[in-house]
Amino acid sequence: MSLVFDLVLCLMILGTAAASLLMRSALGGIVFFIAFGNLLGIAWLSLGAVNVALAEIAIGAGVTGILLILAHARLSAMGDPVECEPTSPWMRAAVAVICGGLIVLLSVAVLSISPTDRMGAQIATLMPALGIENPVTGVLLAFRAYDTLLETFVLLGALVAVWAIAPPRGWPQRPASLAIATPVSLTVIGTFSRVLLPASLVMAAYLVWTGSDLPGGAFQGGTVLAGGILVAALGGAIALPRADDMRLRSVLVLGPAMFLGIGLGGIALGRFLSYPVGLEKALIVAIEYALALSIGATLALLVAGKPVPPAAVQEGGD
Amino acid sequence: MSPLDLLVVAPLVFMVLSLLAGGWQRSLLALAIATMAALSVWLMTLDPGTAHVVGGWELPLGVLLRADGLAQMLVPAVTLTAGLTGLYALHQFAPESHASNAQTAAFWPLYYLMWSAANAAFLTTDLFNLYVTLEMASIAAVAMAAMGSVRAALRYLLIALLGSIFYLLGVALILSRYGTVDVTLLAGMAEADFATALALALMTGGLLVKAALFPLHGWLPPAHAAAPAPASALLSGLVVKIGFVITVRLWFEGLAAAATPAGLHVLGGIGALAILFGSLQAIRQESLKALVAYSTVAQIGYLFLAFPLIAGAGHAWAGLSFHAVAHMIAKAAMFLAAGLMLKAAAGPRIADLAGLARAMPLTVTAFGLAAVSLMGLPPSGGFSAKFLLVDAALRQGQAIHAAVMLIGGLLAAVYLFRPLAVAFSGSETPAVPAKAPSMVAAPLALALAALLLGFAGGPLAELATGGAPATVAQEPPPSLENTVKTASEDAQ
Repeated sequence: MSLVFDLVLCLMILGTAAASLLMRSALGGIVFFIAFGNLLGIAWLSLGAVNVALAEIAIGAGVTGILLILAHARLSAMGDPVECEPTSPWMRAAVAVICGGLIVLLSVAVLSISPTDRMGAQIATLMPALGIENPVTGVLLAFRAYDTLLETFVLLGALVAVWAIAPPRGWPQRPASLAIATPVSLTVIGTFSRVLLPASLVMAAYLVWTGSDLPGGAFQGGTVLAGGILVAALGGAIALPRADDMRLRSVLVLGPAMFLGIGLGGIALGRFLSYPVGLEKALIVAIEYALALSIGATLALLVAGKPVPPAAVQEGGD
Repeated sequence: MSPLDLLVVAPLVFMVLSLLAGGWQRSLLALAIATMAALSVWLMTLDPGTAHVVGGWELPLGVLLRADGLAQMLVPAVTLTAGLTGLYALHQFAPESHASNAQTAAFWPLYYLMWSAANAAFLTTDLFNLYVTLEMASIAAVAMAAMGSVRAALRYLLIALLGSIFYLLGVALILSRYGTVDVTLLAGMAEADFATALALALMTGGLLVKAALFPLHGWLPPAHAAAPAPASALLSGLVVKIGFVITVRLWFEGLAAAATPAGLHVLGGIGALAILFGSLQAIRQESLKALVAYSTVAQIGYLFLAFPLIAGAGHAWAGLSFHAVAHMIAKAAMFLAAGLMLKAAAGPRIADLAGLARAMPLTVTAFGLAAVSLMGLPPSGGFSAKFLLVDAALRQGQAIHAAVMLIGGLLAAVYLFRPLAVAFSGSETPAVPAKAPSMVAAPLALALAALLLGFAGGPLAELATGGAPATVAQEPPPSLENTVKTASEDAQ
């Protein structure tokens, strides 16, 4: 039964991947890409990697899907041809040979490695000291907290990078409005999002809290929050903030700054990013809540795009 | 307390502050330069090889930070380059100007992010952490390139992401094969099996894209040439060195067991081609900044040409480290000087520079001094680097390598004399009043530093060999003063 399920899942993953690549219509390709992301999430789930599954479905399918659909809508609104030009057969053949060769090489290499879990045991011995149960959170917020800290700055930097390409008259204004132009749809989504936004806030808070012991955490919580914000923006329930809004800036840097501050506090105890004994869980949860808020705001604004001149704000949506 | 983590964390603190403090960028930069200078001095006083894990989480799980000779040379060089480039940028991205635009607001957080990324990359021995530092640097670099040309930046972004994916694939293979991604542990564990060799090949491929080694350099000239001058200085000075340093950590330390002599010679050969191709392209360029950008393609070649020389006789390791530092400083000086010259010139072409030597003598001097180091003329840092490399090649009987380096120096003279000759060509160009003293001083100070680096050759070569990996030929540190003296006597 499980084998049949896995085989069907694999076929569906390959099928949706092929469909999203081969579709001539860009919108069709996007739809299959979102389906592909969700199926990949289910595959992670069946492998027992619930954290990865959550991240894949939230980011790989959810946020990336919205981003692609928005990009498609904005390109169409600008009158750009969104369909890609046909690739030459030689180019296709070359890409197929290179990718096929790489897959063969990687398969041989992966199969030559004995599938032993070398890190699990070490992680398991260290976890009790943290007072949390989810080993993924242990790795992300303690053992490899330094990586995670730097990654939060990558995300912040990505938003600043989007700001950098704002047109001269667009700075420091708002991103183009995401509100849907059709009045009926706007009303429906607006009503829906007034329920969804508070629900997503509760859901995000729950995911962060439960992330200490069960799958979940700041990134998953932040993504759910971003989803709530984006739907609310699509429904016209909220307006996106100006790039120079100090409240916005504070929310964006809250998580990274809290992480830095608690890390620097560790120096008083001997080492940067070392948690005082007994306070590990409290500090980890505090960092995660701050991070979830910042990640939610940053992801939503990354999807919304660069600030544009005020006149263009109303023309952005589709 | 340790400077190893603070050198990474301090710029991040400044990044947060720069996002909150709209009009205070000037004070923030002064504070950042002072902090980073103090931390760099502290780093240089550490014994080579000083290392500690972050947060007290031991290997193989944790992240190790280490001050080896290479890091002790590169991090202070980053402080000098980034600090002076920042002083220059204060006027280009003036925070207090009322016509504030997106670029003036976005530049400063990205600037501190890039500073942190460079230090983080040079100080960590963890392959996954190095991936994160690559992403930090790439995000900042792409955004800075986008300030000049969104088209070039988009191309840069796509190719940089491709490089990241290949690097990450290799890291994943290494992690599942050895259960650790720490270079110091891998050095004792790595075997020359298929999975390791494939991982090394994938990671190297990804890194060569990031380091813009010929023939994977295509993204560099348009991105570096179009970006604003301070951004170009950081891109050519700092960012390409990150890919190079990680490659060095892999080939000579972590995965040295899988690094065959044939592989080293292939990299060396590609490096030689990069020197020749980059130089010839630089000669063909009509625009000044494209010329300087192609010069980066050529100079990156030297770094890889040295690979097959590292294990043999001579001081190729010291030469390699020296070249990375000398090029960082000299190229930043040259891009900043070129930025000022192009602002005063009638157009972007080299022919438009006529008379600038009279109009802005200090800036043209800075360009000329940086050119001296890039050509490898004594007494510059570039000379010391190339001297050590050519010397090692000759001692090992690698005449072709030595010849390529000497030809590269001659070609550099050809392409760098051309803008200088035009700038010195007579005309009645009126003197260009300096917009701000620090804008003129920054490239001049950098160029002087690149020049004076040659005088510190001995101690620096000794520093570079401190804590060098076991694969590096262990010889007593070269007494560069004597060799330089003999060489300059020979020249006369």
